[in-house]
Amino acid sequence: MTTVKPAIVVDNLRIVVEGSGQDIVNDVSFSIAPGEVLGLVGESGSGKTTVGLALLGHSRRGAMIKSGSVRVGDIEVLQLNAGERQRLRGRVVSYVPQDPASALNPALRIGTQLREVLEAHNFGKNAEERRARIAEMMREVALPDNSRFLRNYPHELSGGQQQRIGLAIAFACRPRVIVLDEPTTGLDVTTQAHVLDTVRDLAAAHGVAALYVSHDLAVVGTLAERVAVMYAGRIIELGPAAEMFRASCHPYTQRLIVAIPHLTGGRELVGIAGHAPSPGRRPSGCAFEPRCTFAIAQCRDEMPALRAIADVHDVRCIRAEEVRSHAPTRSGEMPRASTGTVLQPVLSLQGVHAGYRRQTVLHDINLEIAPRECLALVGESGSGKTTLARSIAGLHSDRWGVITYKGTPLANVARARPRDIRRSIQYVFQNPYGSLNPRRTIRQIVSQPLEVFGTVKKDQIDRRVAEMLERVSLTAGYANRFPDQLSGGERQRVAIARALICEPSVLICDEVTSALDVSVQAAIVELLHSLQRDLGLSMLFVTHNLPLVRSIAQRVAVMSHGHIVELGGVAQVLEAPTNEYTTRLLADTPSLEVALETAVS
Amino acid sequence: MAVVSQILTPEVLAARKPAGSLFRSALGLRRTQIGLVLTLLVLAIAFLGPRLAPHDPSAFVGTPSTASVPGTLFGTDHIGQDVWSRFLSGGLTILLLAAISTALGLILGIAVGLVSAYSRNLLDDILMRIMDVILAFPQIMLALVAIATVGPNPITIILAVGLTTMPRVARVTRGATQPVVERDFVAAAEAIGVPRVRILLSEIFPNILSPLLVEASLRLTYAVGVIAALAFLGFTTNPGAPDWGLMINENRIALTVQPWGVVLPVAAIALLTMGTGLIGDGIARAAAGIDRTRGAA
Repeated sequence: MTTVKPAIVVDNLRIVVEGSGQDIVNDVSFSIAPGEVLGLVGESGSGKTTVGLALLGHSRRGAMIKSGSVRVGDIEVLQLNAGERQRLRGRVVSYVPQDPASALNPALRIGTQLREVLEAHNFGKNAEERRARIAEMMREVALPDNSRFLRNYPHELSGGQQQRIGLAIAFACRPRVIVLDEPTTGLDVTTQAHVLDTVRDLAAAHGVAALYVSHDLAVVGTLAERVAVMYAGRIIELGPAAEMFRASCHPYTQRLIVAIPHLTGGRELVGIAGHAPSPGRRPSGCAFEPRCTFAIAQCRDEMPALRAIADVHDVRCIRAEEVRSHAPTRSGEMPRASTGTVLQPVLSLQGVHAGYRRQTVLHDINLEIAPRECLALVGESGSGKTTLARSIAGLHSDRWGVITYKGTPLANVARARPRDIRRSIQYVFQNPYGSLNPRRTIRQIVSQPLEVFGTVKKDQIDRRVAEMLERVSLTAGYANRFPDQLSGGERQRVAIARALICEPSVLICDEVTSALDVSVQAAIVELLHSLQRDLGLSMLFVTHNLPLVRSIAQRVAVMSHGHIVELGGVAQVLEAPTNEYTTRLLADTPSLEVALETAVS
Repeated sequence: MAVVSQILTPEVLAARKPAGSLFRSALGLRRTQIGLVLTLLVLAIAFLGPRLAPHDPSAFVGTPSTASVPGTLFGTDHIGQDVWSRFLSGGLTILLLAAISTALGLILGIAVGLVSAYSRNLLDDILMRIMDVILAFPQIMLALVAIATVGPNPITIILAVGLTTMPRVARVTRGATQPVVERDFVAAAEAIGVPRVRILLSEIFPNILSPLLVEASLRLTYAVGVIAALAFLGFTTNPGAPDWGLMINENRIALTVQPWGVVLPVAAIALLTMGTGLIGDGIARAAAGIDRTRGAA
């Protein structure tokens, strides 16, 4: 890698909060060779996107690039004036945003948007040449190059196609550097796999240096040659992907890897306690020290420098050697298999159909959930899994067929069900940012079911709320806060506390971790698993994340286009799927194991 | 997730406390401060004015429509009463009528808007079409028709202005409520069977307060205008009593020789509408700022 002149060199980058001068990003240095993909991994707030944008000489409102340098070839990006930076963007350094649906202009045809980029940078001598270039780009991103397709508006394309257009726009002017900011986060695994292939092929074919910003280690592992891990605004480890996953030398990287669910060999996930310090609250020593199991007194006193521990492998930890030799345990216990079907099912679905107006999205669903069992429901977006979950909870009224709870048929709408059944079936929503009323305190939110069901006396309410908060590993002190003073993981714990305070027997979890970071996801899954075991809950765990199923469920149902295509024990379905769809889903799922194998070979 | 796209400075964090902070951050804006000063000034004139008036507002103090009359500050009006005293006494009715009718319009409009947006069915259509019918007529026209039929007593004026304010408030409320209704915390409340009225009042209503505050100030501004216009056209509760709207009409004939009789009430109404408008704008901006820090929900 050192033989080739790097396409981009970032040196000692420091980005601060405008006004207060607190560090957002500090001491970030790396370089990327032409054709290389560098993965930049970090959790929310680690500064990874901020670094990505700095490569274009841009900082978000409220942030300011204080010092350092970003050199693309001979151009010093940070020295350019506004006009020069604008010419640079898209031409020399380009950017693929996270959400293609909001990045493309909904009022313009995609052909027009592609042409705009070329015209803005005077790429090609005339309209004819530009047309040819657009056709070429479309072929490179594996989309039809005919003019009929180019006349489509963004909303007429699928999410994957939209992101391909995003890629085409980014690659249109043959840039030297491209920054990809979590471009596959909103996509299904199958689509994601195709988009990732395209990114890798394009970068390699045209010698483009790519910075792939992501929170997903598994995705980065399948794509990038080298990986940089960021924590609290600093790169804490930087090295070849394979080595990072096999022999990570920073405690944070190790913990992050343990937090990722594995597709093979199920084990319990281990989250990281506490959360990352925000700008202005970072300790003067190592930022990870308060959460680190390896911490010694020296860690608190001084910020460790980034040092080489192996060839092209740098780490920011004074105890890296010990950390490396102490690899975390990989083989946790597998969630116990259920005892079989001798017991009467808690929840039973017979011939359930559901739809929206005329369109039927669920076809003839038959399912049973046994007491103390966790059934995972997996499928891609649009497969109908959320509709099914909402039908059970009484939040989707347009359904027919029979759903029974302990033998009692359930009304379609929650309001029409007896109070005791409403209490027994609890629902935890996907997005904790939407499921908690921002204008109410945590106490009001968690105690609301008590008021509705009247199960607890007035003077006992505060005590019960405190109990529940502790049950989900929060403290009673959270009761007086508002939801937006909490992190995503804390909010989801509050949502779980709200469900538990009802003393339910069935808990429906709808993609409860999809809005969360991996380490937080691991902690939430850990919590749900222990709650299910200790309280004897039955659980329907809806997710699109196949590896996660391993860590929590005993049985799994795979959904596609409103049908259940496969149903069976977790090990059986994930290791020896009989259905073609399941097989394809498994093959497309990015996983660390596969990443390792390919990286080694 | 673009949830953490905002840099969390202590200032930003401080602004995130939902309750009460809207006014506080709105007050930090220059436009709100100016608006508040203007509004308070006019309110002070209207409420304290009657006591400060040097003359009885209906006493004759000199030759009609004269700018300089000894013993008066701004001369006499079209029948020889003291302009300054009539100005000081003429604001209270208009403000009270405007405030009460706006409050009526807000209560009705918010109720209709909330119910419409939450029901999402035929009821929504029926209610909103009724609102559309009322909206189709200019506010002043409907008010005139009502008053011309029943006669200009305070109740009629309040009902007329209040009912014509309702559809506009209902539209804004419905628009603000629709996205909130779709959010999961409403579904969470439905799933455990919280009564509908409670969902509307304690779950949804606090989340649409900021657009409603903006709308309230705007509606108040319009109500002042409409009631002044009605008075200008002669529809006042008491034709002999001082009233800003009426003053403008009575004294406009002598505008060139004695402008004060028109200028004073016009200035007061203008300052008041500017003031409430600025406050509304300040709240709107503060709310937008706060909602931004709250991020993609």
